[in-house]
Amino acid sequence: MASSFARILSSKRNVGILSLVGAGSLTVGFLLNREQHVSAGAQVRRVYPPSAEYPDLRKHNNCMASHLTPAVYAKLCDKATPNGYTLDQAIQTGVDNPGHPFIKTVGMVAGDEETYEVFADLFDPVIMERHNGYDPRKMKHPTDLDASKIRSGLFDEKYVLSSRVRTGRSIRGLSLPPACTRAERREVERVVINALGGLQGDLAGKYYSLTQMTEEEQQQLIDDHFLFDKPVSPLLTCAGMARDWPDARGIWHNNEKTFLVWVNEEDHTRVISMEKGGNMKRVFERFCRGLQEVERLIQEKGWEFMWNERLGYVLTCPSNLGTGLRAGVHITLPRLSKDPRFPKILDNLRLQKRGTGGVDTAAVGSTFDISNLDRLGQSEVQLVQTVIDGVNYLIECEKRLEKGQDIKIPAAISQFK
Amino acid sequence: MPFGNSHNKLKMNYTAEQEYPDLSQHNNHMAKVLTSEMYANLRDKETPSGFTLDDVIQTGVDNPGHPFIMTVGCVAGDEETYEVFKDLLDPVIEDRHGGYKPTDKHKTDLNPENLQGGDDLDPNYVLSSRVRTGRSIRGFCLPPHCSRGERRAIENLSVEALSSLEGELKGKYYALKNMTEEEQQQLIDDHFLFDKPVSPLLLASGMARDWPDARGIWHNDDKTFLVWVNEEDHLRVISMQKGGNMREVFTRFCTGLTTIEGLFKEKSHEFMWNEHLGFVLTCPSNLGTGLRAGVHVKLPNLSKNEKFGEVLKKLRLQKRGTGGVDTAAVGGVFDISNADRLGFSEVELVQMVVDGVGLLVEMEKRLEGGQSIDDLMPEQK
Repeated sequence: MASSFARILSSKRNVGILSLVGAGSLTVGFLLNREQHVSAGAQVRRVYPPSAEYPDLRKHNNCMASHLTPAVYAKLCDKATPNGYTLDQAIQTGVDNPGHPFIKTVGMVAGDEETYEVFADLFDPVIMERHNGYDPRKMKHPTDLDASKIRSGLFDEKYVLSSRVRTGRSIRGLSLPPACTRAERREVERVVINALGGLQGDLAGKYYSLTQMTEEEQQQLIDDHFLFDKPVSPLLTCAGMARDWPDARGIWHNNEKTFLVWVNEEDHTRVISMEKGGNMKRVFERFCRGLQEVERLIQEKGWEFMWNERLGYVLTCPSNLGTGLRAGVHITLPRLSKDPRFPKILDNLRLQKRGTGGVDTAAVGSTFDISNLDRLGQSEVQLVQTVIDGVNYLIECEKRLEKGQDIKIPAAISQFK
Repeated sequence: MPFGNSHNKLKMNYTAEQEYPDLSQHNNHMAKVLTSEMYANLRDKETPSGFTLDDVIQTGVDNPGHPFIMTVGCVAGDEETYEVFKDLLDPVIEDRHGGYKPTDKHKTDLNPENLQGGDDLDPNYVLSSRVRTGRSIRGFCLPPHCSRGERRAIENLSVEALSSLEGELKGKYYALKNMTEEEQQQLIDDHFLFDKPVSPLLLASGMARDWPDARGIWHNDDKTFLVWVNEEDHLRVISMQKGGNMREVFTRFCTGLTTIEGLFKEKSHEFMWNEHLGFVLTCPSNLGTGLRAGVHVKLPNLSKNEKFGEVLKKLRLQKRGTGGVDTAAVGGVFDISNADRLGFSEVELVQMVVDGVGLLVEMEKRLEGGQSIDDLMPEQK
C-alpha cells in the first residue's frame, strides 16, 4: 500500500537532475546516431523559479485561488506525495476553470490519500472555507453508521416522492481517479466487485462493466436512471479523471434496484441507497448495512477504506470529505416554495435545495431536491437526522399554509455538535 | 504532463500486462502499432524532461478514433520523445507519411526563388492562397508537457523576436488574456482568433492546460502574416492573401520564417530540426515541413465529376471544406492543399500545389465549356 512505497524525490523539477545521475532507464546513447544537439552532461530541463510558474489567478473565483498565495505556492511547488503527485497536478482543474461569479467551486483535487497531508498548507484553509469553519488542524470528525439511532424518518408521502442517501469510499493504498494508473484503476474495480459479489439477501446484485455491457443492459440502466456517462464537465476532465474511459468503470446494483455502486467515476466508489416514497429510515438503514458489509468484505482480503479522524472518509474532492454524505428527498412544496421566507428556513435548518436533475438544475413545478448542506464535522447519523427533522418541519409549514395558518422561521441549528 | 508522468515509477509495481491499455475498440495509428510487447519494452523509459510512454499515447487511448478517419493517437512532449520512443513513433511516422523510413533524410528548402511560376493562378477561380507551418523552440517542452514557466518563456522569446520584424512584416502581438473587447472582435472578423481547443484529441493530450495563459496572436499590419503562439505548437506561422498569387504568399512565408529564425539565433535559440525528421512539432503528422499550402478554389463542375478524387490523388492533393479540416465544401468552393508533409521540401510541396491547382482550374474551364478532360489526366506524382 502507499506507506510501503519509498518516498521518491520525483517532483518534476528534479527529474532532469535524476536523469543525469543515471536513475531511471534513460539511454543517452540513442542521441549518438542522430544529429546530436543535446550533450549528455547538459541541464536537460529548464528550471524556473516559483514566481515564473505561479498561475495567473486574477480572474479566478474558486477556493483554491482564494488560498493559493505566491508564498504558499513557493513553499509547496517542489513537493510530491510518495506516489509522485504534485501541487501543479492538484490545482490544474482550478487553474483551467476560473469559476463562476456566483458559484464558488473548490478548484483542486487529491491524487492520493497523502495529498491532504503533503499539501496541507493549501488544503486545510480550503477545507475550512468549504466546510463552513471546520478546522482540520484542531477538530475531529465523528463517524457513526448506526442507523438504529435515527428517530422518525417516515415522511408523509403526499409530499415526499422519493428518498436517497449517497456517499463515496476510497480504497486505501490505491491512487485516486485524477492520478491512478490503468492498473490501479483495474485493481480498484477488482477489489470492489469482489466484495460486492459477497453481498447477500436484499443486497445481492450484479455488476455491469461499462466496457462489456450489452445494448439491452445499457438501455435498462438508462431507463432506471442508473447509467453514468463519461464526464463532460471541464471541472472533472481537467483533473484527469476521465483518462482511459471506459476502462475499469462500471455500475453495480442489487436486484431490487435500491442499492447502487458506481465504480471509478469521480471516486473509487460512489454508494447510493434509494427508493420511492418517504421511508428515509429504511433507506439509511440499508445504506449503513450495505457500507458496513462491503467494508467487512474488503477487510477479509486485507484492504480498507481511506479514513482518518481529522478528515473522516477521504475522497477525491475536498468538498466530499468527512461523511461524503448527501441525504435528500424529492418533495413537492407548492405553497412553501413561493413563500419569501423559504430560503431562510432552509438555511436555518442547514438544508439546501436543488432541482430534481441534481446539482445546478432548476426545480420543475414545485418539486425540489432537499438535502443536507454539511458533509464534514458531523456524523452520518447526525446529518440524516438533520434532514429528517428539517424535512418534517418543511412539511409542517406546507400543511399550515394549506390551512391558511402562519409559519415561523425556525431558530438556526448549530453546525458542529 | 499532469496525467501520467508522476506515476511512472509507481507503475513498475504492476506488470506490463496490468497496465497495457485496452485498444480493442481503437482505430488510430498508435493502436495499430502498440503491441503489448512494445508497451512492455518502452514503459519504463522517460525523456530527460520526464515525458513517458503513457503521456505519449494518452490522447490515442482516450480517443478510439473514427471508423473512416485514421487519427495519429500520439503526441510528443519534447524533442527527445521522437528518439526515446522511436520504436513506437518510427512505424507510426512510416504509416502516416507514405512509407517514410527511419533511415530516410528530409530536405528543407525555404528559398522561394526555387519555385517556378505560381503567381498567376486565375483569381476568377482561386479566391485566396495560404501557406502555414509550425515551429518549435529547441530546449523547451512542447504544449502537451510544458510548465507554465516554460510556456511563458516561449511567449516572451517569440514576442521579442516578432517585435523586431520590419517593413511589410511589422506588426503587433495580442495576448489572449489581455485582449480588449474591440481587439477581440476585430480578430474574429479577420478570422484570426483561435479559441481554446475543444477537440478531445487535443484536450486529452494536455495542450489546453492553463488556458489562456501565455497564448496569443501576432499579425503584421497588412494582415498577411500571422503567428499563433502556444496553441497546438510553440508557433504556428501563416502567410495568406486574397487571390491566386501563391508565389507572393510563399515568398513572404519564407522571408518571414527565415527572418524570425535569425532573430531567435541572435538570442542563442534555434528551432527544433534534424535531418531525418525535419522540423519537429507536437503531432507526428506535422513533421518534416509541417507545411500546408492551400487555396480556396471554385470547382463546381470538376467536384461533381467522377474523376475528381482520382485526379487529386494523382496530384498528391487533398480537399477540405472552407472551414478547414473535417468541414464540408460550400457552394462548390474547396480548400485544396498538399497531402504530404514529410519527405518533400517546402518548395516541392508548394510546387505541387501551384501546378496541381493550375491543372484543376484548367479542367474546370473545360467542363464549363462542355468539353472532355480525358487528355488532361495527370500521371501519379
